[in-house]
Amino acid sequence: MAEDKDQNNILEEVTSGEYKYGFYTDIEMDKAAVGLTEDTIRFISAKKNEPDWLLEFRLKAFRHWQTIAEPSWAHIHHPPINYQDIIYYAAPKKKKQLESLDEVDPELLDTFKKLGISLEEQKILSGVAVDAVIDSVSVKTTFRETLSKNGIIFCSFSEAVQEYPDLVKKYMGSVVPYRDNFFATLNSAVFSDGSFCYIPKGVRCPMELSTYFRINAANTGQFERTLLIADEGAYVSYLEGCTAPQRDENQLHAAIVEIIAEEGAEVKYSTVQNWYPGDKNGKGGIYNFVTKRGLCKGDRSKISWTQVETGSAITWKYPSCILKGDNSIGEFYSVAVTNHYQQADTGTKMIHLGKNTKSTIISKGISAGRSNNSYRGMVRIAKKAGNSRNFSQCDSLLLGDKCGAHTFPYINAGNETSVVEHEATTSKISEDQLFYCQQRGIDAEKAIGLIVNGYAKEVLNKLPMEFAVEAQTLLAITLEGSVG
Amino acid sequence: MLLNINNLHVSINGKEILKGLNLIVNEGEVHAIMGPNGTGKSTLAAAITGRNGYEITEGEIWFKDELINDMLPNERANKGVFLSFQYPVEIPGVSMTNFMRTALNAKHEFEGLPILTGGEFLKRMEEKKQLVEIQAKLNNRSVNEGFSGGEKKKNEIFQMAMLEPRLAILDETDSGLDIDALKVVAKGVNALRSNNNGFVVITHYQRLLDFIVPDFVHVMYEGRIVKSGGKELALELEEKGYDWLK
Repeated sequence: MAEDKDQNNILEEVTSGEYKYGFYTDIEMDKAAVGLTEDTIRFISAKKNEPDWLLEFRLKAFRHWQTIAEPSWAHIHHPPINYQDIIYYAAPKKKKQLESLDEVDPELLDTFKKLGISLEEQKILSGVAVDAVIDSVSVKTTFRETLSKNGIIFCSFSEAVQEYPDLVKKYMGSVVPYRDNFFATLNSAVFSDGSFCYIPKGVRCPMELSTYFRINAANTGQFERTLLIADEGAYVSYLEGCTAPQRDENQLHAAIVEIIAEEGAEVKYSTVQNWYPGDKNGKGGIYNFVTKRGLCKGDRSKISWTQVETGSAITWKYPSCILKGDNSIGEFYSVAVTNHYQQADTGTKMIHLGKNTKSTIISKGISAGRSNNSYRGMVRIAKKAGNSRNFSQCDSLLLGDKCGAHTFPYINAGNETSVVEHEATTSKISEDQLFYCQQRGIDAEKAIGLIVNGYAKEVLNKLPMEFAVEAQTLLAITLEGSVG
Repeated sequence: MLLNINNLHVSINGKEILKGLNLIVNEGEVHAIMGPNGTGKSTLAAAITGRNGYEITEGEIWFKDELINDMLPNERANKGVFLSFQYPVEIPGVSMTNFMRTALNAKHEFEGLPILTGGEFLKRMEEKKQLVEIQAKLNNRSVNEGFSGGEKKKNEIFQMAMLEPRLAILDETDSGLDIDALKVVAKGVNALRSNNNGFVVITHYQRLLDFIVPDFVHVMYEGRIVKSGGKELALELEEKGYDWLK
């Protein structure tokens, strides 16, 4: 149809914009040699002055990793990754202990400004404690004092290893074991840094916790590790956001996030992921193979994942909940946008083990350009998990006729008292909607942003306020140059 | 002169629908366009507003002395062309407040006027809602989602009031309306009539023209205007039907 063609032309024009956060910061680096051997792991461990048990953990993981192969079940395609061609450790060179922001490398501050993350502003205005990670090592941590008054620990993973080894030892690997999957095993061997957070019994964390990750050195894989523990009756809302500079080589990113919620605890984990997606022709971009999992360990605990995924050339990510405690709750709210040649295979796993456990899955996939967007989700209800419930809703929105949307739900209900519901829809942005907006004076690009944000509203509403605004802008930016 | 259409030929998928249409609308005038189904009335509205897929093969559309044949729909809108849709579109998840704000900001930006503050904007929304007797809860509802037929049409007139166009095209605004809703819609339109703007009212029925009294009535048949006259022409059509004009 001629009309369809026109429409696709508009969509294409509007969604062919380029990545706006591609810039590069020149900061002196302290690097490991290229490639991965036991020596590399010993180098990383020594650099970080780690105790023997942690080195052992890494080595066990590495030895296991050498015996396994990359998974091939995901609906993604990429040339083989040469794991010997990656630098596994890079840290900004430590100069000296800093007293104030004035002493921070101005170039680094400038990077933050470009990203809209001025530390000063964040400190003063938003009440968000920011642990900013530029490649691997935490550079600056704020609000530590306020947090420590409440007994909350929020620091880099490396610091936690030094200062709270018992907590790290107790929980690390308890939700994502080092043998879990290829990328998690790799991370367990070579992880560089990340964040650690512990909320003690009965404490409600008074502010949103946030970490901004940013890949910054060419050819440096990023292997963060985050460990978040909410003790009995504790509450925390944690925000994670990323942008990365424009780069030609594909960069590997294999992070692990582990969450433990003890009895009656609640953890809300929100992500805005905007790694460099590659250019219009599918060149470059981040390979994002992430393992995120939460354990509702105690009764009446709750873990809620909210994610807005707009970046990366490839996203492979399934933030999951293991509902072990009786009456525990798991939630997953996701918006995944792919444009140009991006590929996303994302979703969640809800594993119901305790009685009366509940889970909710709301997934909104948006595909444009020649991208592929898959929802992959598993709901498993164990035999003993009587009276459990799951509700899943998976919607796909297509912009244009060259992209793909796929849904792979796996449901496994092990008893007869539980209820599992699954709804799925696929729709296109209609020419009618687009024209209606344009007739009101709104240009096609803005109209698409508006319509897409409306479509994703149910999920965006779950984000903390300051993130919701950023996420809306990001959705619009990501779709610049496409529609259908 | 507000709108000057000269020898307009429009095709959809290679099929000619408008076959040499002429129409002149001046400021302060209301023109009714009547005619049987399938004669190209809605195509005319689509061509004036620049909808995709409506190809102008010959002729010109002048708006305020500017040729707009190839202009983007949003540019025409910002220059002051408004269409009240026959079938208003639902946009799930986009609140009326957000939608109108985006539209009004686009217009102000286009005109080089300052953007309204949140307070000014909401005040304006409240004012204009009165005009079409729309309930207060409109603000947070998604655009047209779950609206009744009457609410959708009132919402169109509300948007017109917000955007204050120079030329408003009402495409079958009376279809699907009960008499009470029709009166409200007509009242809204009449309140917006001025020496500064013009209206093109597309309708099948005389009924609407009892409430929105036109200065001129045109009859369309097979892609052309075949007869023009004053408001009394509408009455004649009501009585005799269209057959005598073919």
